Amino acid sequence: MADTSFVRTEMLPEQSPPLTSVGVLGWLRANLFSNLWNTILTVISLAFIGYLLAGLIPWVFQSVWVADSLNECREVMNATWGDTHGHACWAVIRERWLQLTFGFYPSELYWRPILAFVLLFGALAPVLFPWAPRWLLYVTAAYPFLFPWLMWGGTIWAPLMVAAGLAVGYFAHKFVEPILGGLAGMIIAVLAVIVWWLFLVGPLSGVLASIIPIGLEPVESRNFGGFMLSIMIGVVAIGVSLPIGIVLALGRQSDLLIVKAICVGFIEFIRGVPLITLLFVASTLLNIFMPPGTNFDIILRVMIMVTLFAAAYMAEVIRGGLAALPKGQYEGADSLGLDYWQSQRLIIMPQALKISIPGIVSTFIGIFKDTTLVSIIGLLDPLGLSNAIRADAAWNGIYWELFAFIAFLFFIFCFGMSRYSMYLERRLRTDHR
Amino acid sequence: MTTLTDPPKESFRLSMLIYDTRYRSLTIQVVAMMGFMLLAAWLINNTLTNLATLGKPIDFGFFRDPASYDINQRLLDYTSRDTHLRASFIGLLNTLVVAVLGCITATVVGVLVGVLRLSSNWLVARIMTVYVEMFRNVPVLLWIVLVMAILIESLPAPRAFRGEEPTATMNFFDTVAVTNRGVYIPEPLFSRSLGDISLFGASSMRFNISLDLIAILVVLGVCIFAVRKVTARANRIQEATGDRPTTWYINLGILVLPMAALLVALGFHLGYPALKGFNFQGGTHLRNSLIALWLALSLYTAAFIAEIVRGGILAISKGQTEAAGALGLRPNRIMSLVVLPQALRVIIPPLISNYLNLTKNSSLAIAVGYMDITGTLGGITMNQTGRELECVLLLMLVYLSISLLISAVMNWYNNRVKLVER
Amino acid sequence: MRKSVILGALTVAGLAAGAAHAATVDDIKARGKLNCGVSTGLVGFAAPDAAGNWAGFDVAVCRAVADAVLSDPGAVEFIPTTGKTRFTALASGEVDMLARNTTWTFSRDNDLKFEFVGVNYYDGQGFMVPKDLGVTSAKELDGATVCIQTGTTTELNLADFFRSNNISYEPVPIETNAEAQQQYLAGACDVYTTDASGLAATRATFENPGDHVLLPEIISKEPLGPLVRHGDNEWGDIVRWVLNAMITAEELGVTSANVDELSGGTNNPEVNRLLGTEGNLGEMIGLDAEWARRAIKSQGNYGEVFEKNIGENTPIGLARGLNAQWTDGGLIYSPPFR
Repeated sequence: MADTSFVRTEMLPEQSPPLTSVGVLGWLRANLFSNLWNTILTVISLAFIGYLLAGLIPWVFQSVWVADSLNECREVMNATWGDTHGHACWAVIRERWLQLTFGFYPSELYWRPILAFVLLFGALAPVLFPWAPRWLLYVTAAYPFLFPWLMWGGTIWAPLMVAAGLAVGYFAHKFVEPILGGLAGMIIAVLAVIVWWLFLVGPLSGVLASIIPIGLEPVESRNFGGFMLSIMIGVVAIGVSLPIGIVLALGRQSDLLIVKAICVGFIEFIRGVPLITLLFVASTLLNIFMPPGTNFDIILRVMIMVTLFAAAYMAEVIRGGLAALPKGQYEGADSLGLDYWQSQRLIIMPQALKISIPGIVSTFIGIFKDTTLVSIIGLLDPLGLSNAIRADAAWNGIYWELFAFIAFLFFIFCFGMSRYSMYLERRLRTDHR
Repeated sequence: MTTLTDPPKESFRLSMLIYDTRYRSLTIQVVAMMGFMLLAAWLINNTLTNLATLGKPIDFGFFRDPASYDINQRLLDYTSRDTHLRASFIGLLNTLVVAVLGCITATVVGVLVGVLRLSSNWLVARIMTVYVEMFRNVPVLLWIVLVMAILIESLPAPRAFRGEEPTATMNFFDTVAVTNRGVYIPEPLFSRSLGDISLFGASSMRFNISLDLIAILVVLGVCIFAVRKVTARANRIQEATGDRPTTWYINLGILVLPMAALLVALGFHLGYPALKGFNFQGGTHLRNSLIALWLALSLYTAAFIAEIVRGGILAISKGQTEAAGALGLRPNRIMSLVVLPQALRVIIPPLISNYLNLTKNSSLAIAVGYMDITGTLGGITMNQTGRELECVLLLMLVYLSISLLISAVMNWYNNRVKLVER
Repeated sequence: MRKSVILGALTVAGLAAGAAHAATVDDIKARGKLNCGVSTGLVGFAAPDAAGNWAGFDVAVCRAVADAVLSDPGAVEFIPTTGKTRFTALASGEVDMLARNTTWTFSRDNDLKFEFVGVNYYDGQGFMVPKDLGVTSAKELDGATVCIQTGTTTELNLADFFRSNNISYEPVPIETNAEAQQQYLAGACDVYTTDASGLAATRATFENPGDHVLLPEIISKEPLGPLVRHGDNEWGDIVRWVLNAMITAEELGVTSANVDELSGGTNNPEVNRLLGTEGNLGEMIGLDAEWARRAIKSQGNYGEVFEKNIGENTPIGLARGLNAQWTDGGLIYSPPFR
């Protein structure tokens, strides 16, 4: 009996898929025209994009770059295109972009903010990028003292003496601890640092400066403006609020009722009011709260209030990080016999902070965007400067160009940071799960 | 071998305050409390000294003085002869209006965009991504100013509606006028109105509530109650017999007929806006400043909400959808019965903080001249009276109360959602 | 005065220690800079140029005072203030004087405890409307939408005016002049009201200034002038008399061009006293003899400052009007230098 069953022993040659499901056509079908509803959506979207671009592209590219005033711009537009609408006058940006970036910072000293900005990346690199060389950690350690010195100038001894305060605290702790024990050592060390900073830094650095005068030309903080001001307020607020935020977060987690109540009260109060009211406090009330005769200038006052504002949000971010740690970490630390501060310092905080980095970055983006509010109390941030520029008779009446430029720069900054934060989130996730 | 005995009872020594863990926490708390009180006392003392030097002791008496300025958008009666307190109250209502409108719109737009970002249509998903990134990465103040500028520049002025050949016309059968001073829409009027009831007499908080509105709300409530009864009965019958009686026409009747009867009884009609003199008169005027603020705040917040919604939906594992599909549920029921209830648990807490942010951001109203509480109490009143301390403190207190109220309500809702879900 | 040291890391500022209320002039001399509050930007009155140098009618007063006290017209820190922050800035000692077209009113003088040292511009609130609206008087504005700048006395005057004439209006409060201008041009309001000088300045920068008219009504008196804190009369006197010196210089024909020549000595004793070649007026005010001469030399007399910043040959094109010298029928009048 012949075996009639048929078994194919070799594979059929692969057939190419139907034309409509591969290549450009296939992609279009799958992604844009898969059914009626999708087709309608696609057509509407295309029409919308077309409409937007038809208005925007001529405005952006058929524009005037060289002119000394808006009227001159209008003349050029009239001569070239026969009408003044639908064309941008970028000449104002060309003339004022340095001012929008640096405010009134002396132009011969522009290298200082630029250097400070570049060093910022150096200082952040060890935290942000795992492949950064280890010596950059020294930049990180020095940066809190280097940054104000570069921006404000003055004698180098002031930041050095402030840094020396930390050494004073360390030695005080080292000498006192064997004699009086841990807690007393800590308290005395903190007291020593405070006394050093409040009463000794000023005179000492003054004396040293008169002996060995090394320093940079001082720059008053009211010369800060433009994007430099926004970035500075953001960086100072985040930098200073980080330790405050950690303390507040720990306080909020703590079992001590009164400490907890104070921390919760502070955090909820700050988070419950809009930033603009805190800026009103900075502009009208902060001097009233200080002892008579004290006079901070407005930019420092704003920095103080924005820092307090950031600290409350930072505390919540860090609290999230603390809460996200598995309970076993706390118990493990306890079982090793570590005391509270040791376990925080060696076990809890390093992990909690690492988890919190994306949150910290997004807090920073938020603060950076919110710095535009200072224009309402008369500081010359980019938005405030745009008003001042329009008060110049030459540029009175210009509008969209300035806003477009400012929005564009903000977008670049914030978008870059948020992308970075996403990358970080992905990286951290692989580490932890 | 010695036996272990209890250590001899130590008498209390001062050093135990620091070294004995039983007392240490108490010590720390007392020290913290004292430090806090000292700080507070120091601040208050400074303030009082400084105010005395300036000759401006704390005094809220100016709130009883006439405000002397006008407010364009007022939900209650107000003239420039009313007190500063009244002006602040009007401003507070304006803040609440824009916050409530903003939260609703932001939620709707945010959910829509969040879902569309997951759309299979590549182009739509990309456009939504661009929208989200554009709004999230540019300061909200800039958006508010920009939206205002776009409204002013792109919409026709009322004078464009005038003349023999107007360049602009009204929309929706001449009932809605869209101008660059705002949008005029028809207003509901009652020719046989029941009148108003006044609360709080002639004080600065006086409040008129329209009895017509109350009547409508009462009837609506009763109707909804009746509809729910009918539905419950239908459910009972369905469970008992397996047949569901048709109820939609009963429900429709219950909802429409009493309301229609009430409206006829009240003499309901619409007042249409018409161009008279310089402006449109009649109708409800939604001012530009309100629209710009509302639009900018909701679009800005919606971008954040969209990300939350997207994250919430993505957080529900695909297995849930597949399991629901295996049970034979239809796609829209899968969404409403399985995915959304679980996603809501992830979505709601960040949603609350976005509502709070929106409310707080509404204080940027001064950038477009919307007279919210920052514009009245923290703006003109503070400016004219020079009482910064009183005004700013009160302003903070108001915002703090609003924030706490919103968090309380939303947390209550959040807990309810949690209970239902578990 | 302690040497200021900035510990930026702690955001601790150098304290400009010492009593803020006494001896302002000593503080200024020790500091080497005059802190002058100006507006954040108002065409013709105060605005920074591309290099960050401030210029304008109000700015010139600051520079003149700095030149008289510190012999350097550049020794001024200009502190931009808004309508909201200006009084606090002055009261807290953050600025030494305010030259920010501020209206001299009873309550500001007494309740807010400031001293207005004089008037450098007599203004009044006016209305601007598009010509094709066909309005000739503010009383015809019933039901109109009015753009106003907030943070000033403007909104109060407006409310009073419309209330007393029993006509209705729709106020549109706006933070800055630039925004107001944009809304007005786009037709979002029928009328723009602010100080008449501001209206004229704004109109001058329009593409077609001829399409807009200023209505004849001036509904308020707005004497604008520099002000200082109560309680330091010496300092108030200096600012007052620098302003008066500029005014007197115009009256006597002393200009920045001829001041050097005239300070060689003239036949007019008042010119000699003003320029310090006769008498000891400078000593009386606590300055050197040449204080007024320096201020006039660097900034010019009142008329020159006016012409240079807001006068008819500038884009702003304001006529002298009320701000002419009293000898020309205006209100600008300085007490004698005697």
